[in-house]
Amino acid sequence: MIGIGHYLGVSAILFTLGVLGIALNRRNIIVILMSVELMLLAVNINLVAFSVFLDDMVGQVFAMFVLTVAAAEAAIGLAILVTYFRNRGTIAVDDARQMRG
Amino acid sequence: MTLLQSLAVGAPEVILAGGICVLLLVGAFRGDRALEGLSWASVLLLVLAAVPVFDQGAGSAGAWGGLYVADPLSRFLKLLVFAGSAAAILVAVPFLRRSGTGRFEYPVLVLLATLGMAIMVSARSLLSLYVGLELMSLAAYVLAAFHRDDARSSEAGLKYFALGALASGLLLYGVSLVYGFTGSTGFDAIRAAFAPGTERNLGALFGLVFILAALAFKISAVPFHMWTPDVYEGAPTPVVAFFGTAPKVAAMGLLLRVLLDPFGGMKADWQQILVFMSIASMALGAVAAIAQTNVKRLLAYSAITNIGFALVGLAAGTPAGVSAVLFYLLVYLVMTLGAFVCLMMVVDGEGRNREELSDLAGLARTRPGLAAALAIFMLSLAGIPPLFGFMPKLAVLSAAVEANLWPLAVIGVLASVVAAYYYLRVVKILYVDPPSGIGFAPVEQGVNPFVMAAAAAFSSPLGYLLLGPLMAFGAEAARSLP
Repeated sequence: MIGIGHYLGVSAILFTLGVLGIALNRRNIIVILMSVELMLLAVNINLVAFSVFLDDMVGQVFAMFVLTVAAAEAAIGLAILVTYFRNRGTIAVDDARQMRG
Repeated sequence: MTLLQSLAVGAPEVILAGGICVLLLVGAFRGDRALEGLSWASVLLLVLAAVPVFDQGAGSAGAWGGLYVADPLSRFLKLLVFAGSAAAILVAVPFLRRSGTGRFEYPVLVLLATLGMAIMVSARSLLSLYVGLELMSLAAYVLAAFHRDDARSSEAGLKYFALGALASGLLLYGVSLVYGFTGSTGFDAIRAAFAPGTERNLGALFGLVFILAALAFKISAVPFHMWTPDVYEGAPTPVVAFFGTAPKVAAMGLLLRVLLDPFGGMKADWQQILVFMSIASMALGAVAAIAQTNVKRLLAYSAITNIGFALVGLAAGTPAGVSAVLFYLLVYLVMTLGAFVCLMMVVDGEGRNREELSDLAGLARTRPGLAAALAIFMLSLAGIPPLFGFMPKLAVLSAAVEANLWPLAVIGVLASVVAAYYYLRVVKILYVDPPSGIGFAPVEQGVNPFVMAAAAAFSSPLGYLLLGPLMAFGAEAARSLP
């Protein structure tokens, strides 16, 4: 029998992978965007699993909002990435060091 | 409650949302030459949206099925945010024209971010909190990269976006845990789940920590401050003047509400986190600013220090602490805005903005008024007594002492002594150092000198004339929190 714990476990693993993808990734900024999507999808699994478990619709409505905002976020991220590539000719993470820090 | 009643309670946001659509259409048809007209129209729109905020009186009203609340706290924060946004729109026009980025999207994007902030300070549920926060953040990412032909601006946008997306992921994960372990996203139901006598809810505590981390990112508190210096340095100066004021106020106000209303029952848990963040922000901001050579980076570390001070009042968690934080935010907004307006007016003969500290050397001899105003803002940000910036620091520190957070208050005083060094260094560069030899452009005409002078008068000892009403205003807003 698959219970709420299994869903939470999968979601926690996916979320951790997403965070690590952002923290450890040293190559490509597109990978950061993919990691962000992974985090948001982990959150959606959580929300939907809780929604079914609690028999409450709010979680599913929230998941819809998350999906919509994630789409807008990806569009804006890619647009900023394009202007960055135009200026610098690269999207490697290590090259984004023109300013200290 | 009918739709019409909800529309009436949420009138500020409804007016803003409708107005933004109209302004966007006007901009799309008339193009970039509409920038000036659109900017004034945006200010008018913000004034129109502020009218229902005044009109609602002193009561508290919920709307939109419990997602939204109009109470004295949200009104206080909305007025601050609207004023900050209006100023950020007005002062930007000469800068945008000079740097060749005078595009009509600027006022529209600021308005969109303002709409997000208005929603988030009125949030009564984690859902409206999330939507408001994201609306603000998405507009802010675009604004950071607004100078799209400048490598530093797009790098700032990219860094802000990557770290901001991480923060919103953390926020959502926290929200999902809180929802799962308390069974609701409404603030009232969450508060009831933490009522005294209920069992300790470990899952929701985890969620709170995630939410706290995401909000700390938005107010740039240590250890989530990494983006601040880079974004401040890279983004165009008027955009930074906006980032440093309205979004900080809104996010701090949201943090007040979230911690004291839904999570008020977990005060013992979040208080230690806040004490740590506050000490770390004050210390790191004060020490790291000493080595800076760029004025915008210096102001970024100054923002981190000042947020640390505001967190002192929040860590106290008492009504006196909350009203001190609100008063702090109000004064901080004016001082920061003034400092950035000064910086925008430091233009050399070729129309380029000079942002290095060494460029300011001897400015007092060529531009005495500008140098005097900048010196007032620096000393006021440092909290040196005769200036008005001293009062909010005193208010938060005495609130911490009353709440028996002695160590925090002592560290705060020590940090402000260290921080005074780099503020005084700027004043020394302005007044004592030999001139840098840059031929500055003649004094700017228009609205910027006026905004600068008004902000300087407010930050100078003249501000004490307003002390009583401002404190009362903050205290009234603080009463709407339990």
